[in-house]
Amino acid sequence: MSQVLPAFTASRTTADVPRQPFAHLDELWIQVAGTLCNLSCTHCFVSCGPGDARHALMTRAEVAARVAEALPLGVRECYFTGGEPFLHPDLLDILEDTLPHTPCTVLTNGTLFTAARVAALAELGERSRYSLEIRVSLDAPTAPEHDAFRGAGSFERALAGVRALTDAGLVPIVTVTETTGEDPLVLRRRVVAALEAAGVRRARIKLLPLFALGREVGRRGAPFAASLAGLGQDAFDATRLQCGHCRAVTSRGVFVCPLLVDEPGGRMGARLDETLKPFALAHSACVTCYATGMSCANG
Amino acid sequence: MAETGLRLALFGGVYSNHLALDATLADAARFGADATWCLGDVGGFGPHPDHSLERLRAAGVPTLRGNYDASIGEALDDCGCGYADPLDQQYAQRSYDYTLARTSSAHRAWLRALPEHARFTAGERRVLLTHGSPRRVNEFLWDSACSDAFLEWLCDAYEADVLACTHTGLHWHRALPSGRHVINVGAIGRPANDGRTDVWYAALELGADVTVTFRPVSYDHESLAREMEEEALPAEFVETIRTGWWTTCLENLPSRERRRGKF
Repeated sequence: MSQVLPAFTASRTTADVPRQPFAHLDELWIQVAGTLCNLSCTHCFVSCGPGDARHALMTRAEVAARVAEALPLGVRECYFTGGEPFLHPDLLDILEDTLPHTPCTVLTNGTLFTAARVAALAELGERSRYSLEIRVSLDAPTAPEHDAFRGAGSFERALAGVRALTDAGLVPIVTVTETTGEDPLVLRRRVVAALEAAGVRRARIKLLPLFALGREVGRRGAPFAASLAGLGQDAFDATRLQCGHCRAVTSRGVFVCPLLVDEPGGRMGARLDETLKPFALAHSACVTCYATGMSCANG
Repeated sequence: MAETGLRLALFGGVYSNHLALDATLADAARFGADATWCLGDVGGFGPHPDHSLERLRAAGVPTLRGNYDASIGEALDDCGCGYADPLDQQYAQRSYDYTLARTSSAHRAWLRALPEHARFTAGERRVLLTHGSPRRVNEFLWDSACSDAFLEWLCDAYEADVLACTHTGLHWHRALPSGRHVINVGAIGRPANDGRTDVWYAALELGADVTVTFRPVSYDHESLAREMEEEALPAEFVETIRTGWWTTCLENLPSRERRRGKF
């Protein structure tokens, strides 16, 4: 990803930051598992963990209602996230409900796959005319590097999850957070080698930057004070940010993007249609998105 | 004999495959096309970019400006294909640097002047031709990654009853619930990741109904492969021409399309 670094100045106000116009609802992020997770990753940008119900699980009816809201708006695809979506007891039913209407992607830590669950996902994916994507997070190509973020044993379990999905023909996407600071091509090569050594052919890779949000702020030990203040609206490139074409829903409302569901100013309303408006880019995370041009979406 | 409608031959993604271009134009004539359009991306991937440009211009084929054409025309730093993966970007860059260095300034001026979209009507139907999507030249419209709701919105927002695009390299057709049609015409520059060495384009007949047929085109792919080797283009690209399987730039394929391929 190219780096386009504006002149940053520290600011928490919305008065002097650029505003991201809203183009169209391409991606609807559905935080189906709320903040409930079986892991407590040290870099989790929503600080999810066991027993965490700050954002509650969304019911099957709630999800169906959100999808029904999004379809007349021309939504292109839906993403299911959390927390850990596979902790949701109705996730397979929810996918069954949604897949006839839009492509679906599930973002998972990969540690909760049973043979029956993998078989059910494969069957769903095979039957659907839209793609069912399973994205498994892998923070580094070795157990010590990965487990430092996600806990002992999580690397082997995630790798086993990727292998099970692959063996079932699902061709998962491995989402690699750039935790090591190395050249993206080198990191990519190491991850592919680790996956191939584990018997994963056709590894699909998506790299993502770290975000100074949630628990990651504590891990760093210092806040990230950057801001887009000072980047004039005229110099601002509105095509670089996903918040021009996505919204995230949780049990607590509609948020600008999947990254800011737990941050001040992230909530934009109760209904989707009332949130399809410009957003003031006042958060430090907006700097990371803008500088890297990243998108949480696939591809 | 029933009255026939307007016959359109629509192809995209030439990718410097001048031999497939010749074969496609010949097949479009056999189809009886009233009009033939190229939806952009004349260069990239293949050898001797000027060869395809010369043939296209000599044949007078109306052509849209794809992202590759815009980049080559303006001598930009990269092809603007929209790959997010660093390895895909690296392969794309090798191909782009080769193509830019071997495209004449006269052809580059021609590419710069191409339109990005074309609109016309066929009977009551509004036809919109574009490269990636009507809203972004390098948007990938994959069959399995676009909901009906989204395609209906595109047709509404850009006032089209028949919308044709390319850019992904994979052909598909969707008859929408509203009765409108979206067609990705595929690419004639490289095979469709189906294990066949043929390439594909779209033959449309716009009459009382809309009929879309994808026509396979055989060409001397072995000659093209040898030209690519002589030009020291990546062996992975040559393998695709010889086998029909994509070997690079795979990372942004949705799972359904990726599963159909070998890699």
